[in-house]
Amino acid sequence: MENSQTSAVAPIAPDFSLDALERKAVQAQKRRSSVVIALRFVIFIFVVGAWELAARVGWIDPFFFGKPSGVAQQIYEWITEGTSQGPLWKQMLVTMEETVLGFFIGSVAGVICGIALGRNRFLADVFSVYIKIANSIPRVVLGSIFIISLGLGMASKVALAVVMVFFVVFANAFQGVREADRAMIANAQILGASQWQLTTTVVIPSAMSWILASLHVSFGFALVGAVVGEFLGSKQGIGLLISTAQGAFNANGVFAAMIILAVMALVAEYLITLVENHIVRWRPAQLQDHS
Amino acid sequence: MNTPAIQITDVTRRFLTPDAKFHTAMRDFSLTVERGEFVCVVGPTGCGKSTTLNLVTGLIKPSAGQVQVMGQAVNGIDRRVGFVFQSDALFPWRSVLDNVCAGPIYRGTPKAEAVAKAREWIARVGLGKFENLYPHQLSGGMRKRVALAQTFINEPEILLLDEPFSALDVQTRTVMQDELLSLWSGTQASVVFVTHDLEEAVALGDKVVVLTASPATVKTIHKIDLPRPRVMSEIRYEPQFIEIARRIWEDLREEVQIGQRSAMADSH
Repeated sequence: MENSQTSAVAPIAPDFSLDALERKAVQAQKRRSSVVIALRFVIFIFVVGAWELAARVGWIDPFFFGKPSGVAQQIYEWITEGTSQGPLWKQMLVTMEETVLGFFIGSVAGVICGIALGRNRFLADVFSVYIKIANSIPRVVLGSIFIISLGLGMASKVALAVVMVFFVVFANAFQGVREADRAMIANAQILGASQWQLTTTVVIPSAMSWILASLHVSFGFALVGAVVGEFLGSKQGIGLLISTAQGAFNANGVFAAMIILAVMALVAEYLITLVENHIVRWRPAQLQDHS
Repeated sequence: MNTPAIQITDVTRRFLTPDAKFHTAMRDFSLTVERGEFVCVVGPTGCGKSTTLNLVTGLIKPSAGQVQVMGQAVNGIDRRVGFVFQSDALFPWRSVLDNVCAGPIYRGTPKAEAVAKAREWIARVGLGKFENLYPHQLSGGMRKRVALAQTFINEPEILLLDEPFSALDVQTRTVMQDELLSLWSGTQASVVFVTHDLEEAVALGDKVVVLTASPATVKTIHKIDLPRPRVMSEIRYEPQFIEIARRIWEDLREEVQIGQRSAMADSH
């Protein structure tokens, strides 16, 4: 890469004007990003190709490990002919609905509790031990309880997603509040802020980057909660699709459902990033590195 | 009507340290600031200069003794007090304009009125063109201007400054000192300016108070008879200034040495 560059430039008298340097820096940047994109494709094709090849040649047993063409075939079938439980979009909708509901309820509750506890030292000291305990329990297990108490419908999955999300967001909101800059808080108090104004105009905005960071992670957790809930017992949803495929020894079906979940997660992630960028537009933009 | 602006009488302030011992930050501390007076407080690093200011704001309470503002005992945060911090205490998610109008809005001024007043103060500190920028887009000196506008807009009768310019480079600091004096000369505010920079103290103050090493008490008080208005970039070369600074330094040097020695002892 570097060799080709020097040999291309060396014979001509080098142009050191700022304009030329700038143009070169931009070109180098463009070249770098196209190399990155090309390499991404290469890796994708290599991995998927190796998998397909291994399955066809017989190095791995496609009955257990599936194969990319089979997965694609499965997704195509689900789209065109629907799944055994009804049309694919309906399964996606059900899972998405559970996830989004759980995500919203869990994160709103987490933010409220985190801020309330973060603002009150005494309550924080009292409850901190219980928070630690609750955090150390593998919460997925609660799914079984929710299926027993709330039944096979949507409520049990939403409840599991809420529990998964709540603690992550709560812990982050709590931490964010505790990390709020002391001078900034003192400044607001002396400028005349009441306790309520202090919370809404200083503490919450400064905890916002912590909270937003947790939302990225916790959407994934909500999805896990919803799918595991469906797994444990349900009548609809992508999780059920997986457990049905598992029951039928359909490895391709499991992978196909996994890909559908990944797409859903990526779309949601993109939307969350959009919202985040809108909320924290006051943050300094990152400078490009010119190396 | 002639009660002093600030009267600190025999104040002792102790903190409980993490290893369950009392640390005495101030002992038998007494200080009077008359109305309209500009008092500079100098002392060795870590001697409890900032504690003095926090007692006046009401953010901390004395363990013993009395703090009075305008003849009344301090009880909670006083609306007549303004404070400029050493660190950046601006709200990074608010534009310059929203930062400056924070005070009036907190205090219940209608939004439109607050904004109009904020624009006035932003113009007065020379940032008229920058009102929509966020703090991270400004230089250190500009951020300090915003902080001054944010404080002055509340028209404080008592102005407390805690090493406000210590993070600025020397040229910017000189400019900001002039800026502060010109803003202050338009008010009747009484000022307490805490600094570790003796020249800054002499150049700005009517009175320089030298504190002892921790625990802080008042060691000596020096009157500064330099005429006002003062020009910061020139005053430090006048013979009278140098004479005063040298005299105060004699006092301060001893305390700095004691402070250094005890800091070294603590770290062992």
